[in-house]
Amino acid sequence: MTYVGLPTPAETPQDTMVRIAGTAAKMKVVIVGGGVSGLSAGWWLARSGASVTVLDKGIVGWEASGRNGGGASHYQSPLFLEEQRMWPHMDELLGYPTEHQKERLVIAVTEKQLNQYHYLAKMNNDMGYRVDLLTGDQVRAMVPLAGENCLGGMHYRFGGHANPQRSVQAYAWALQDLGGRIVQHSPVTGFETEGGKVVAVHSASGRYEADAVVVAAGPQIQGLMAKLGVEVPLAAARAEMIVTEPAPLMPIGGVDGNGLYGRQTLRGNLAYGGGPHEWLQTFEAGPPARPSSPLTRNLARRIAELFPKAEHLNVIRSWAGIIENTPDGRPIIDRMKDPENVVVATMSGVGFGLSPASGHAIRDLVVDGQCSFTDIGKLSLSRFDGIGADWREQRGWLPLKADLAA
Amino acid sequence: MHSNNGTDPHAIGTKLPAPEARYDLVVIGAGPAGLAAALAGAGEGKSVLLVDENPIPGAAMGNDVPLLFGGRMTAATQNAERMLETVFMSEPMLEAAMDAGAEVLLGTSAWGVYRNGPGITGLPENVVALADKDRGWLVGYGELVLATGARDLAIGFPGWNQPGVMGAAALERLLARYEAFAGKRVLFMGSHDLALQTALLARGKGVDVAGLVEVRASPQGDAALVDAVRSAQIPFYLNDAVAEAKGGLDGVESVRLRSGAMIDVDTVVLAIGLVPSIELIDAMGGKRVLDGARGGYIPGENAGITCVGTCAGLADTGFDHVEYRMEWARELGKLSAPDTIVCQCEEVTRADLLGVQPPNYLERPAPMAARSLDTLIADGPPNPDQIKRLTRAGMGVCQGRRCRDQVAMMLAMAANGPFGSVPLATHRAPVRPLPLRILADWEEAEDMRAGWDVWFGIPTQWVPYQDIDTPREREHQTAIADGWSL
Ligand SMILES: Cc1cc2nc3c(=O)[nH]c(=O)nc-3n(C[C@H](O)[C@H](O)[C@H](O)COP(=O)(O)OP(=O)(O)OC[C@H]3O[C@@H](n4cnc5c(N)ncnc54)[C@H](O)[C@@H]3O)c2cc1C
Repeated sequence: MTYVGLPTPAETPQDTMVRIAGTAAKMKVVIVGGGVSGLSAGWWLARSGASVTVLDKGIVGWEASGRNGGGASHYQSPLFLEEQRMWPHMDELLGYPTEHQKERLVIAVTEKQLNQYHYLAKMNNDMGYRVDLLTGDQVRAMVPLAGENCLGGMHYRFGGHANPQRSVQAYAWALQDLGGRIVQHSPVTGFETEGGKVVAVHSASGRYEADAVVVAAGPQIQGLMAKLGVEVPLAAARAEMIVTEPAPLMPIGGVDGNGLYGRQTLRGNLAYGGGPHEWLQTFEAGPPARPSSPLTRNLARRIAELFPKAEHLNVIRSWAGIIENTPDGRPIIDRMKDPENVVVATMSGVGFGLSPASGHAIRDLVVDGQCSFTDIGKLSLSRFDGIGADWREQRGWLPLKADLAA
Repeated sequence: MHSNNGTDPHAIGTKLPAPEARYDLVVIGAGPAGLAAALAGAGEGKSVLLVDENPIPGAAMGNDVPLLFGGRMTAATQNAERMLETVFMSEPMLEAAMDAGAEVLLGTSAWGVYRNGPGITGLPENVVALADKDRGWLVGYGELVLATGARDLAIGFPGWNQPGVMGAAALERLLARYEAFAGKRVLFMGSHDLALQTALLARGKGVDVAGLVEVRASPQGDAALVDAVRSAQIPFYLNDAVAEAKGGLDGVESVRLRSGAMIDVDTVVLAIGLVPSIELIDAMGGKRVLDGARGGYIPGENAGITCVGTCAGLADTGFDHVEYRMEWARELGKLSAPDTIVCQCEEVTRADLLGVQPPNYLERPAPMAARSLDTLIADGPPNPDQIKRLTRAGMGVCQGRRCRDQVAMMLAMAANGPFGSVPLATHRAPVRPLPLRILADWEEAEDMRAGWDVWFGIPTQWVPYQDIDTPREREHQTAIADGWSL
């Protein structure tokens, strides 16, 4: 079940599960945030025997984790090989369907796109991850909805995509099946510290004692960690997607390009996003709304260009989600020095695909203090030490009109 | 580390386009209430745009959008010119509105209202999004009046998922507006005013009305209407319900009632109730409230937007529509089987909806099969959008028109709560299914194209981990970031 063009993993995911069983027995872990990052961490910890409680302000996966493109091909990440090793086995390991599908095609309709895709293909091949270049005719043979305007593309022989909503629920249910607890509609409001540790988490539904705490609350991490005196620079932004009625299934559903990300779902719908985002203020209680905008029309055009043979398909929904961004666009996965039993985890916009791997890394930090399968040193929070208070301003990441967003 | 110098070329900034036209008053829906609003506005000297989606395109009708046409329209509905004519002929006030100076656009649907507010501030102004058979566009408004009327409420029963099961509003539309009803002999479900009036209309138009089926012990509507139906020799089947619609290739051929009666008809008309068309209000994040006497969910107070006519709520006659439809849903539920379809687009059965099971193209391993609405409820109040995502009920091309309300009813019953205890699944723009090529902005401004990136355009984001803090980092950043503006 491995991919063409990736190293064969040293261990099967099933063997990993056996190896970690019981390694965190009797440990009480409270996880703040029931998005994919928190839920996957909870699942890995429960697999290790920990007693896990996930607290969410609302419903599991209601924020970015249930509203994303479902992409899972993050070659830039140190978690990449683990992401690739785990995904094809997640349905079996969780016991619930995630709709994971392998591989991805990225196709170009302009020369500029083609040049960029060629660069990315070479970058991957240099790392030993196989990407094949395709001519326009080869694309048309593989992608029935592509048109004469397609100039070529690339074929990742790894990666893939899954159904975000189904996957989130799968993690949550699998965690419950292992004895973990998920408490919804229960925002975390504060922490109780003692001797350099958080000993309890305060939430709308009560007080939860903890040996270890994982803070995976998306953009809200910043406000929560501030309560512990830790500064985590994060900026929230809104991004949008649209979806069409079903089209006949293409042999590889993970086709995107033309400035879009997305996929054909197993049902056949074309679900795509891309283009401009809107920077927002972050509110402690979570986003007051997640509206879509007339950007729907620009997305529709891009999809019609990507798939000229689908231009007659009806668009039936649009939606938006709020994304967590770090100043350099890379995740923060780190265990704090003080309080030393707290792990912070936020993926900066690529958290869905990384989730099977991020959960493993978080588990390792909670249980062993360091990641066992890859170096994640450059994802530490300390890289932002001394970042100026005006870091958002410097990047042009400020909300347009803060007063209206309130 | 960052090269943006205080600007983010990939952010929305001022890229969302200004509307291509602007009116003091935009009215959506040219029924009596919308026409009156448009005429009043024009009379006050305002610039007025009045849009109406009639005549409905044939393809939309085929998807039961916006009403439950049940495949019972004649081929005449495919003739766009004739359809336009029938719309004008059936509504003389349209000409009056034009004469008064209102701009009238027929065959034009409003598929979204966009306003700056929580979570979005990038709009140059508030707009309503429109589409006709050729293109989509935006218009600005000073005042917005929604007069979008009410639509059919569907409640499923064995055999309802075939041609020939339609709604009373759709029948009225086909008979009175388009003169394009293809059925010959019809049976009504319900006996409140909607059913009585539509039955009389059908009879008046020469349709053979086989009767009205009523779950309660007596006809429910206005006494004068009941008398009129009785004197037209149309029978009531009281204390009864439709147990099954049987049919062939062309849909319904006969109906079996709970009492055992068999009735030969080619059309069953769901006339249990209408629901106010709150799609636009709901999709823009506006307020909605539940009022059983006014037909269920109706618009709440929404600043700057006025709702008139039945979209604001049915006339309050003291009749509790919600209680009545819940009674129907309960009885039809008893007559249904686990495999009776609830969501026609996605073929979701009752059992799968209540079991919160995935669609049948996915496997159901043992843990999955053991999940149900009960296990979900144990985790907190059931959320209809969450259930929709898991079961796919309401996720199809009719955009949940055929099942949204009955799903809410079924979930409330399963959770032992009143209607509304599990709210209605939300609506999303576009509130009409619209082809990509129609929705597309083919006249996109240059800055939208130029600033377009697949994701955020953060130069450091896609640098391979091992190249971070090495000379290759800058090389990648330049190469990838220069490629941006795709
Ligand atoms: C439109 C869109 C498209 C995307 N496409 C992709 C893609 O294709 N591939 C990919 O990998 N990623 C994609 N992403 C990004 C991805 O969705 C996120 O990176 C990921 O979901 C983050 O997961 P998370 O669990 O870290 O955070 P979240 O999903 O934000 O979850 C955080 C959770 O914490 C809860 N919470 C917040 N505050 C509190 C509190 N005080 N107490 C308790 N709970 C709290 C929230 O309710 C929420 O459930 C996309 C995102 C969007 C919006």
